Amino acid sequence: MSSTIEQLANQEYKYGFTSDIEADVAPPGLNEDIVRLISAKKNEPEWLLEWRLKALRHWFAMKEPSWANVHYKTIDYQAIRYYSAPKKKKKLDSLDQVDPELRKTFEKLGISLEEQKRLSGVAVDAVFDSVSVATTFQAELAKLGIIFCSFSDAVQKHPDLVRKYLGSVVPYTDNFFATLNSAVFSDGSFCYIPKGVRCPMELSTYFRINTAGTGQFERTLIVADEGAYVSYLEGCTAPMRDENQLHAAVVELVALDNAQIKYSTVQNWYPGDKEGKGGIFNFVTKRGKAFTNSKISWTQVETGSAITWKYPSCILQGDNSVGEFYSVAVTANYQQADTGTKMIHIGKNTRSTIVSKGISAGHGQNSYRGQVKIMKTAENARNYSQCDSLLLGDQCGAHTFPYIEVRNSSAVMEHEASTSKIGEDQLFYCQQRGITAEDAVSMIVSGFCREVFRELPMEFAVEAQKLLGVSLEGAVG
Amino acid sequence: MLDVKNLHAGIDGKEILHGLNLHIGTGEVHAIMGPNGSGKSTLANVLAGRPRYEVTAGSVTYEGKDLLAMTPEDRARAGVFLAMQYPVEIPGVNNTYFLKAALNAVRKHRGEEELDAMEFLELARQKMKLVDLDESFMNRGVNEGFSGGEKKRNEIFQMAVLDPKLAILDETDSGLDIDALRVVAGGVNNLRSEKHSVLVITHYQRLLKYLVPDYVHVLADGRIVKSGRKELAEELEQKGYEWIEQEVASAR
Repeated sequence: MSSTIEQLANQEYKYGFTSDIEADVAPPGLNEDIVRLISAKKNEPEWLLEWRLKALRHWFAMKEPSWANVHYKTIDYQAIRYYSAPKKKKKLDSLDQVDPELRKTFEKLGISLEEQKRLSGVAVDAVFDSVSVATTFQAELAKLGIIFCSFSDAVQKHPDLVRKYLGSVVPYTDNFFATLNSAVFSDGSFCYIPKGVRCPMELSTYFRINTAGTGQFERTLIVADEGAYVSYLEGCTAPMRDENQLHAAVVELVALDNAQIKYSTVQNWYPGDKEGKGGIFNFVTKRGKAFTNSKISWTQVETGSAITWKYPSCILQGDNSVGEFYSVAVTANYQQADTGTKMIHIGKNTRSTIVSKGISAGHGQNSYRGQVKIMKTAENARNYSQCDSLLLGDQCGAHTFPYIEVRNSSAVMEHEASTSKIGEDQLFYCQQRGITAEDAVSMIVSGFCREVFRELPMEFAVEAQKLLGVSLEGAVG
Repeated sequence: MLDVKNLHAGIDGKEILHGLNLHIGTGEVHAIMGPNGSGKSTLANVLAGRPRYEVTAGSVTYEGKDLLAMTPEDRARAGVFLAMQYPVEIPGVNNTYFLKAALNAVRKHRGEEELDAMEFLELARQKMKLVDLDESFMNRGVNEGFSGGEKKRNEIFQMAVLDPKLAILDETDSGLDIDALRVVAGGVNNLRSEKHSVLVITHYQRLLKYLVPDYVHVLADGRIVKSGRKELAEELEQKGYEWIEQEVASAR
């Protein structure tokens, strides 16, 4: 039985392929010239260059954090290339103008843009390496006044909005990786939903890391104006690579009064091979600021990356604001994840919910790190935290680091935690009914994750479940 | 249907079955009785292919095939069903979903069309009446929070849906009150036909009042020491297992 589990846990990454698109790459290293180059390439206004440079100077004085429960070889930040863009870069009116090689890559991934466009009614802003290549559904969204475009485009077309909100949730001084991102971010998505508008479709971005040795530093900014609603999907796969690839993204969400933002992620970056060689280093800063009566909800399914360092958080600033965090994190083979959330309660009657499901298999190490902070001003704040771990096999580990800080005695806090193991008995029970060990594992894991999956939009939930099956086919034991 | 020859098997390096022989013909209901530790559950688990149980000698032929060479899921698909003594909970996995996946895996193996959700529900509803389970039960997790009796009835319900050729009941009667016992026996009796064989493993004779076997075997110390017709069960009930043990001892 344990051999089945091992086989499952050690499945090769199914999306490992690279495509040959010539990239326009910067020389390795990080200094003011590189930042100026990036900014110039993107034709950015002076204030943005200044902002980047301030971040860079600040970053030079910072130290890489070491508190996370992850271990990796020191990263040489001067050996990384900070810019790369597909060369054939012209304005595209339709998908037909997209590089055929790129189209093939998308097809291999099963995300044909046309299909997406035609079938699912999902507007796709495809980020291929660092530059957005195609954006769809613009016209339809524009009718409602919704802006959904690449970050670079937003800087050109809506500089005032970008300037107003960029860094308003995650300041450039925030942390080592966010500061690095602020200096060198390449591209990402920008989304603005005007007052009172309910975005009629799920907005979706597929990210893909391609050029070897290129760190990718996306920057995403989503602003829901008063009374607006948006559901945003982020999903990714990356080609197989030998060396580690650094990824340090920043996502900022702003939910103004009575607004609601639902942000869902399925992350499947290359996790490294069976010996733990290669794989993506994923150091992400995601945070949302919730104003009066607003709601921000993070749902994530993390199955990829060699190292995941990620804490989607909510600052519940306005009265009656709500923050939610639903997470499934899988670590198989030699993957390490230190992930969780922060809920900072500032406003009165603020509520937060945390549901974290950690799954460890093979030699995977999975840590939940969560902080719930109730400030003095947060009268009648409530938090519910649930933190479950599932172990597959006996070489993996699950760790929980909950931090709770309460400065207002009217707060109500609930915390539940559990650790369980997929037992031989459960597997055998399924097999005895005719279900293969592989399907059984995937079934048991899905059952374990049900509270998170039901928060995902329907198509995404199906995809997430499939992904989980794939990553745990080798990883569930 | 099933032919067990000179079976030696055990767990964790300890031999529990010391050369067991058993023949079950198509359409027959056999009961195996025996005191605790005689190897009853070992036999059930070895037949179903539970990991950790090792077979050191002997053979098991099922419908002309080497059963021991098959994976647990292949045995199940070929029609071997084990109603477990301790059914496990699978939290969050919906009963309907689980059983539909199982049934379709079995049907696919038999070359039959898979059932869609509506067809499956219709079948499930029909079979649920047999075991007196409420429909709301289909929406709960597999055995999640079930009482002991509900778990056992669920096993019988699954059996009724999967329609196995050889059903093995591993002490399904233990811990059941008399009503639940009747339900379980009813479920098995309903399965009885000239095409279905049943192996009932039990410590007590009481189940056999409702579920009358064609043959009764007494298992002691890893071997079948006495076989007979249904009357043997009554004799056992009156005289107790000591009687058999003494007989076996004196025969040595």
